Amino acid sequence: MIKTRTISLPLLLLACIHLIVVCAGFFAPYDYASQNRTLPFAPPARIHFVDSRGEWHFRPFVYGLVDQPGRFGYYREDRSQVYPVRFFVHGDEYKLIGSVTAHLHLFGISEPARMFLIGSDGYGRDQFSRLLFGGQVSLFAGLLAASLSLVIGSGFGVVAGFYGKWTDEMIMRLVELFLALPWLYLLFAVRAFLPLHITPTAAFLMLVVIIGFVGWARPARLVRGIVLSAKERNYVLAGRNFGASDLYLLRRHILPQTASVVLTQTALLIPQYILAEVTLSFLGLGVGEPTPSWGNMLASLQQYHILVSYWWMFIPGVALIPIFLSYFLLANTLQKRLKLG
Amino acid sequence: MRFFLRRIVHATFLLVGVSILSFVLMELAPGDFFAEMRLNPQLSAETLAGLRQQYGLDQPLPVRYLHWVQSVARGEFGFSFAYNTPVAPLLWSRARNTLLLTAPAALLAWLIAIPVGVQSAARQGEWEDKIASAGTTALLAIPELLLALGFLLLSLRTGYLPAGGMISIGFSELSWWGKFQDITAHLAIPVTVLTLGSLPILVRHVRATMLEVLQSPFINAARAHGIPRRRLLYRHALPAALNPLISLFGFSIAGLLSASLLVEIVVSWPGLGPLLLEAILGRDLYVVIGAILLSTMFLVGGTLISDLLLFAADPRIRTR
Repeated sequence: MIKTRTISLPLLLLACIHLIVVCAGFFAPYDYASQNRTLPFAPPARIHFVDSRGEWHFRPFVYGLVDQPGRFGYYREDRSQVYPVRFFVHGDEYKLIGSVTAHLHLFGISEPARMFLIGSDGYGRDQFSRLLFGGQVSLFAGLLAASLSLVIGSGFGVVAGFYGKWTDEMIMRLVELFLALPWLYLLFAVRAFLPLHITPTAAFLMLVVIIGFVGWARPARLVRGIVLSAKERNYVLAGRNFGASDLYLLRRHILPQTASVVLTQTALLIPQYILAEVTLSFLGLGVGEPTPSWGNMLASLQQYHILVSYWWMFIPGVALIPIFLSYFLLANTLQKRLKLG
Repeated sequence: MRFFLRRIVHATFLLVGVSILSFVLMELAPGDFFAEMRLNPQLSAETLAGLRQQYGLDQPLPVRYLHWVQSVARGEFGFSFAYNTPVAPLLWSRARNTLLLTAPAALLAWLIAIPVGVQSAARQGEWEDKIASAGTTALLAIPELLLALGFLLLSLRTGYLPAGGMISIGFSELSWWGKFQDITAHLAIPVTVLTLGSLPILVRHVRATMLEVLQSPFINAARAHGIPRRRLLYRHALPAALNPLISLFGFSIAGLLSASLLVEIVVSWPGLGPLLLEAILGRDLYVVIGAILLSTMFLVGGTLISDLLLFAADPRIRTR
């Protein structure tokens, strides 16, 4: 028996990450697009407890940053004034889950200083805020695209497996065609045939549709296999002889059989699709500025001076690792459990 | 033999299908190469219409497709608007560079994956196996993009290896040995990244198939005969586990042109990847279609080669 712990730990981690990302506006101190031209590439803020006079503060604080003349992207701390970190502060306006307007932020410091928890980018925008808002694009593009592909895939798979004959023949030829094409190429190709300059929302939807559409073949084949074996089961045959309709048989007897495979496929597909979004946005084919996505945040690393000098620009990429790890553990555990059960 | 003839016919149909699909998608797409030029005030609408006519873009889709098929028959694969040459020579030179990168990477990955996979299957549950599986999981979770950027950073910081590109300045003046060294140095980073990227999947497959074989009775019998461990693993167990691995090897060949797309772009290797990206951004659609078709050909070729290898390796398939 697989321990419940092995499945609940990655699930818990994923749930936390998604919750934080959904409520990005609350957890992020600033708006993702608010620029600070005097502070490009500011390093991650150093959080202090002891000030320059050696006095202990119970409330953590940061110092304001002053740029060093003549040296771009180098700063020193202005020790004359402390900016205590406050919680539940009033700040930039944001929309919670796309509808409720709010001003409350988990933490922040008073103006004019800025607190860049993990540094700022070339326009002086807060990396941390952008990371959270970017997660909305990257993580949910993966999630939605995976759902789309599974819906399309299982739909075709069920039809092919259940009705057989020429429908099966035709759908399976199509599946072969899609499986034959190299995945990234296909993604690129479909992207190539769509307009280049579009709004971020349209870009997001387009990515979801493209990625989901390109990946439907594998789940379709798997689902078809299960349906093929499920429809020959005695209880299905019995149900048919009792006069059950196709729809009833599918809904009650056949679709539940596919659930486990579909679940495992979801856990395998989502990280792949997140990566697809990140890759496309990295190459400038996905969501564009100023809307952040983990891909277009990484894109600035294509400039050598940024790659070499500012390590915090790597963080959106590093953030992918725990997420991928969780999904892989989840898929692994699901697979093992299925083999045993 | 009839089997292979059927496969080739099937492959031809696949290629035709892919090309038609590409053309239909292209037709659905708004804008073309010259649409971007419309923003240029120096070009009048008449000039653009003339250009379109010259390149045959004003023709209906079936006509364009037929023209394209003719050019494929001539070995040209259409015409690149941006480079103003037939597509084929353009693709060939880029594909050669890509193969220079991916072939060593695939070879290296297999050379590492087989012993690692075999050993971790042989020592299932022991510390060697645990280390190997932790390693593959970690590699699986690190995106290739991040690996490539990380290695690039490392090379820039240390200065040991050239960062990006394929050749140094002054390459043409080097002796052939110098040229070889130069290209090898440039290959180091992308090959490492690609190898690490494909390694975990290979190791996992080798391990899984070996585990299955090692449980079979004939292995126990061989062990009871006192056959040494190494000989048992590599002479008795591995050949028995070969069939799924050969199919996987076919996929490795199939992916030779497409696996390195992203890495090439990151380290600016002059292969198919950057060309394809450029063509997409510039709407140079015949180049895109050519690249897709070329990689599909590799895919078909890869599966064909793996079938041939299966044929050679497994007598059961031969007698069928």
